[in-house]
Amino acid sequence: MTVYTPDALIAADIHAYLDTHQSKSMLRFITCGSVDDGKSTLIGRLLYDSKTIFEDQLRQLEADSRRVGTQGTNIDFALLVDGLAAEREQGITIDVAYRFFATEKRKFIVADTPGHEQYTRNMITGASTVDAAVILVDARKGILTQTRRHSFLAHLIGIRHLILAVNKMDLVGHDQAVFDDIVADYAKFAAGIGIAGFTAIPLSGLTGANITARSDAMPWYRGPALLPHLEAIPVDTDRAAMTPFRMPVQWVNRPDLDFRGFAGTIAGGSVRVGDRVRIVPSGRTTSIARIVTFDGDRGSAVAGEAVTLVLADEVDCSRGDVIAAADSPPEAATQFEATLVWLNDAPLVPGRGYWLKMGTQTVGATVQPPAYVVDVNTQAHLSAETLALNDIGVAEVFTEAALVFAPYAQSHVLGGFILIDRETNATVAAGMIHHALRRAQNVHWQSTHISREAHARQKGQSPRLLWFTGLSGSGKSTIANLVEKKLHALGRHSFLLDGDNIRHGLNRDLGFADADRIENIRRVGEVAKLMCDAGLIVLTAFISPFRAEREMVRGLLPAGEFVEIFIDTPLADAEARDVKGLYAKARAGEIKHFTGISSPYEAPEHPDIRIDTRTESAEAAAERIVEHVLGVWSLEL
Amino acid sequence: MVAPARAGTISARMSGLTHLDRLEAESIYILREVVAEAQSPVMLYSVGKDSAVMLHLARKAFYPATPPFPLLHVDTTWKFRAMYDLRDKAAAAAGMELIVHRNPEALAAGINPFDHGSRHTDLWKTEGLKQALKAGGFDAAFGGARRDEEKARAKERIFSFRSASQGWDPKAQRPELWNLYNARIRRGESIRVFPLSNWTELDIWQYILREGIEIVPLYFAAPRPTVERDGLILMVDDDRFPLAPGEMPVERSIRFRTLGCYPLTGAVESAADTLPAVIQEMLLTTTSERQGRAIDHDQTASMEKKKREGYF
Repeated sequence: MTVYTPDALIAADIHAYLDTHQSKSMLRFITCGSVDDGKSTLIGRLLYDSKTIFEDQLRQLEADSRRVGTQGTNIDFALLVDGLAAEREQGITIDVAYRFFATEKRKFIVADTPGHEQYTRNMITGASTVDAAVILVDARKGILTQTRRHSFLAHLIGIRHLILAVNKMDLVGHDQAVFDDIVADYAKFAAGIGIAGFTAIPLSGLTGANITARSDAMPWYRGPALLPHLEAIPVDTDRAAMTPFRMPVQWVNRPDLDFRGFAGTIAGGSVRVGDRVRIVPSGRTTSIARIVTFDGDRGSAVAGEAVTLVLADEVDCSRGDVIAAADSPPEAATQFEATLVWLNDAPLVPGRGYWLKMGTQTVGATVQPPAYVVDVNTQAHLSAETLALNDIGVAEVFTEAALVFAPYAQSHVLGGFILIDRETNATVAAGMIHHALRRAQNVHWQSTHISREAHARQKGQSPRLLWFTGLSGSGKSTIANLVEKKLHALGRHSFLLDGDNIRHGLNRDLGFADADRIENIRRVGEVAKLMCDAGLIVLTAFISPFRAEREMVRGLLPAGEFVEIFIDTPLADAEARDVKGLYAKARAGEIKHFTGISSPYEAPEHPDIRIDTRTESAEAAAERIVEHVLGVWSLEL
Repeated sequence: MVAPARAGTISARMSGLTHLDRLEAESIYILREVVAEAQSPVMLYSVGKDSAVMLHLARKAFYPATPPFPLLHVDTTWKFRAMYDLRDKAAAAAGMELIVHRNPEALAAGINPFDHGSRHTDLWKTEGLKQALKAGGFDAAFGGARRDEEKARAKERIFSFRSASQGWDPKAQRPELWNLYNARIRRGESIRVFPLSNWTELDIWQYILREGIEIVPLYFAAPRPTVERDGLILMVDDDRFPLAPGEMPVERSIRFRTLGCYPLTGAVESAADTLPAVIQEMLLTTTSERQGRAIDHDQTASMEKKKREGYF
């Protein structure tokens, strides 16, 4: 027990104590288990036994225990951890909570995660940063569905040290047979899902047995108590240091013309001044000129450190690029197989554009329909059309630009990603890359000799995509045609992509269901992007009813190139006009999925230009659009 | 793959990364990520020890550039005089712009901690902060809060998403996986970012010692004029402090574990006048650091309530 009572050293020799504690290591672990397995009690116990609880907190705890506690007049340790008012009432932990304590050897960060089934996303969140997982089992109940789910998730997210804490041993008479049965049961399950090994410890959070020291109540147990075991687990950083050098560029540091440094945290390996490095995905090579820190230049740096690198040559390098060992750079690709954990109430829409963020890279991405989802209880592969909240599935992910990656099993930094909804900005999924589907022919993109800038320069204009959106019959095509005529008259090089025309050719295989509408816009976006690359001013006239797809197209182009023009006509006006007689047919039920009638239109919230057709004529609107676009150009010149 | 001989030396160096090294690297990563993704960040600077560490980390993160955002001090006019001195000095040393905001309504109404109770915090700090963030058009604000301070903080994300009304909804937080922070927001929304989330009070003190960071002298014990109010030892920092008729401030050797408005911040009696001595006392003490703050004792779960209302 002396290990956990450092007071004597603190009192006697604070300098010696500080020296010791300066060189402590840090371990992050997670506790998980079912409701009522006693997680919060266990953490409360760890805090209490490591003297992390102060007297005023203890007084509050004693008062709370009497008021709302579940342990009679005894201290209810769970109340130390259950922080939010709402959950005190419900008596369950509903979010990830982080707790801190330290012993002589280590600083610990504990993620306390919920056992309740609907909150799996919090478990994944808490588990993604830890070195070890403590999986709690109630000795009276044994291995439950939730135990299997949490173990599967912990294994899935790559936690290498699993501890099976068989809790509440006091309630089964500290019986070895109960413990042995549970361990045997778990071992069978663990082997089945590929868990290489685990440590089982019989304990009691309530009584403190086998927490800081081996308990006399269980003389048959020969293994370590929980805390000494946590102190001895190797921290995962050694593995990162053994890989070749990789540093995702986070921020380009350019305080003046004389300094250009690349700031980032080293994801793998080490780097020395003079090392040859390759910028991925461009493939350019150079060498390290300086390793700059606030505390002076360094000769070398290792994985886990945040540094600023100065390169010997002026090469293109920006946020999202990876500076890597020249002789063993990571791959770049655009198509992957990945495991996805869905974290949002709104299910996956296959084919819809999401933002994919991995390391310092953010690119547009789409997800194919899942190959299968995994039943976390049986690990069976089930077929599925989509992924809903808490689903875990395997699917192909396509990105709009090359992503520098490594399989997740090799690098969490270059293999773990999140998906972000373009409309709500919610983080909707966590992903782990297995491998690329098709290796890029080269690591490098084929760099074309005539750049998009050169194309634009030759035409004497800046490429633009003027994206007209609005209800059917709002006047998109009419106004777009007028705008193009004016641009043409001014000597600009333009091209108009019209919805109806495209559907006769390129997109004739597509209907009007949501998935088809999404694919329709995606293809139009890609075509428009190529035309912008060629230096043209592209005009498109599509209903394009969904914000997410319009944002997807915006994301395809350099910032500022996409101009969203909202042709704002009340439904009643468009319907009254009904040039093509479509509204009448839709009302009669002859056309399904008709925007405004049987399919939604999501109006732009902040369009670049809004045309109110009730107050502005088509001619005046076209004039204003041309002025707006040319006005922006004249500012650039 | 790298040659085995070299990998060995790397491994040896790796074990040299201490918990302070890892915390520092994590905080620098967070600071850089915000600057890379936000349009207009700002750093809340309260002049306390946590702010001092956060500012130091910012200087490290962007060196040799000056941190590319201003410092914001939401002033109540009731801070310790020594805090105003260090505030101006530290901002100048970092070469950063310092924005000082005082809520004009609170100023006009003469809101003070003696007469107005919790309205003092509401108006000067919560409202003042909202005003300053709105006026500056800031879409990301760094704060020095730590998860070990208080139970509501323990559950807040590092990137804490705020609605257009700047409120915090604990159930609508974005999952944070690995070190991937989603900083995407819509117009009018903002994020509060806490680079020191995983630091403890002891880590802060150890880091101040290791890095030689200047902090307000009030953290060190010295003889100071004091009075007792409701069990708290308060320092009479200027002549606005209302003394009872005939009452004389008593000189005591005191220091502060946390700094705020001087009439609301309790001191501890202490002889610790060096950093190691302060750390020694902190480690041997039996009360938590927020105990000297009046704000948390208002009601159960008061911090969570304040955060929902927009408090940092």
